[in-house]
Amino acid sequence: MPAMLAGSITEVARALRAKRYSCVELTQGLLDRIAQLNPALNAFITIDAERALADARAADAAFAAGNARPLTGIPIAHKDILASAAMRTTCGSKMLANYASPFDAHVADLLKRAGTVLVGKTNMDEFAMGSSSETSFFGPVRNPWNTAYVPGGSSGGSAAAVAARLICGGTGTDTGGSIRQPAALSGICGLKPTYGICSRYGLVAFASSLDQAGPFAQTAEDLALLLNAMAGHDPRDSTSLDRPAEDYARMLAGSRGARPLEGVRIGLPREYFGAGIDADVAAAIDTALGELRALGATTVDIALANVKLAIPVYYVIAPAEASSNLSRFDGVRYGHRASSYSDLDNMYEKTRAEGFGAEVKRRILVGTYVLSHGYYDAYYLKAQQVRRLIAGDFRRAYQSCDVIAGPTAPTAAFRIGAKADDPVEMYLNDIFTVAANLTGAPAMSIPCGFDRSGLPIGLQLQGDAFAEATLLDVAHRFQRATEWHQRAPTLAESTGSLPPEGTQ
Amino acid sequence: MSLSIADVHRIAHLARIEIDAGEAEEVRAKLDAIFALINELAAVDTTGVEPMAHAQDVTLALRDDGVAEPAASAAYQRVAPSVQDGLYLVPKVIE
Repeated sequence: MPAMLAGSITEVARALRAKRYSCVELTQGLLDRIAQLNPALNAFITIDAERALADARAADAAFAAGNARPLTGIPIAHKDILASAAMRTTCGSKMLANYASPFDAHVADLLKRAGTVLVGKTNMDEFAMGSSSETSFFGPVRNPWNTAYVPGGSSGGSAAAVAARLICGGTGTDTGGSIRQPAALSGICGLKPTYGICSRYGLVAFASSLDQAGPFAQTAEDLALLLNAMAGHDPRDSTSLDRPAEDYARMLAGSRGARPLEGVRIGLPREYFGAGIDADVAAAIDTALGELRALGATTVDIALANVKLAIPVYYVIAPAEASSNLSRFDGVRYGHRASSYSDLDNMYEKTRAEGFGAEVKRRILVGTYVLSHGYYDAYYLKAQQVRRLIAGDFRRAYQSCDVIAGPTAPTAAFRIGAKADDPVEMYLNDIFTVAANLTGAPAMSIPCGFDRSGLPIGLQLQGDAFAEATLLDVAHRFQRATEWHQRAPTLAESTGSLPPEGTQ
Repeated sequence: MSLSIADVHRIAHLARIEIDAGEAEEVRAKLDAIFALINELAAVDTTGVEPMAHAQDVTLALRDDGVAEPAASAAYQRVAPSVQDGLYLVPKVIE
């Protein structure tokens, strides 16, 4: 069997069902490909071949017994922020470098029950704080389209692994764009569901009012299948929504003729098409909008007057919540503990100084400051008020449109190291993505072109709360008419010539 | 607004993160740049705007006051840096 290339979930499920290959053959083929390509990409923190093959044998047994389900035998990987009892959960940090979770994250458990094959855990920005996957204690993730470039972040390992066809699907978490931005920069699809759709139980907490888990895949159709398995009420997360089960793929069947998007109104916020957007990104988005119109959608101009404040609001609220959440890392109950200290306070201070990287420390310090006595009203309360103004803008916009479209990120991928020393420059990558976290609404990114350097560009589609099925429908119709999502980096041929880490 | 080195040390102490004198200036400069971004909010008129703490207007769910989880302290303590007789060990806090 030659080294395999991961197909889309839909293709692989069909092939497994038709017995064109067994799940063990598929999994071994992908493990071979991972062994070949991961040293250059650094997409995985942990690879567990033995466990993956055990899952694959169970999947083959399910096929033989005739009780396979839509995701049976589909090889996936989890962002290493999802707790898993089977392998370590590092969150990309020295603090948790050897952490063995006693339990599984709820979404990981659901995907296991759905019959997926877990190949490993993927690399990420430390504690999901970043937009480039460079801040990991385990080294930066490299973009499969060009390994001198970042894959986006913070869920860059999952995005790179799906883009390089090492796995069929993956999980990520999105607090300010950490699924959508790496999906865009790596040329794949990623979806952040409505806040409360996927349980946060077992996700290492970053900013609890913004964090949401979601899927990565090659196609919108595949995202729907993954979300079907990941969504659902979980009493262990007090913000998990108790809603009737929904089939997120329900609108995707059938062709609906040449104009399947007839009646769909796409809002174009003028704030998303202004200065600061790379010309190639602007052109690719423009072409994509033309395609959506050709499919029957109408476009309407909308205004989101306060959305320009989303970045400052986010960089108060997210660090504030992070400073509180990350106070649990004290060297007492789990994780790193400093080896020498004078007293308890000093043990905390040394443990946290050693265990956290520079960006995580910065965010904890920002959060501590904005919550501290005398500053709470000026920063934290103010940010929460502006958060409501932003949510109000979106609510008004959805009276005249069903979906909001625009670029996922202002540029394609940037070089590793280019923004590593300038936090504010890094934060501005999230300029189009953070608003959906502040409002809690669903949003996704799909590939829609390439820039002059051959790096992928993402189209962001946002909707009102619970509009996942509509977003997936628009994305699916776009993908039936275009082939951007089928483009894959030509890594196999270039592997031999990849320069070693640090020489680019 | 500009942070002082003393501010940096005060916040670092509140956050229980040791910052030595050598790194304090770099931390201060980076935090200053972040606060320059954040301070755009100061100019926004938010008179009478209700703060938004959460995306969904749902009240936190309460469960019945009963036993829901099995006792698993041994499993949880297995990952602790230092335990003895079911207790977490820390440096002496009472003389």
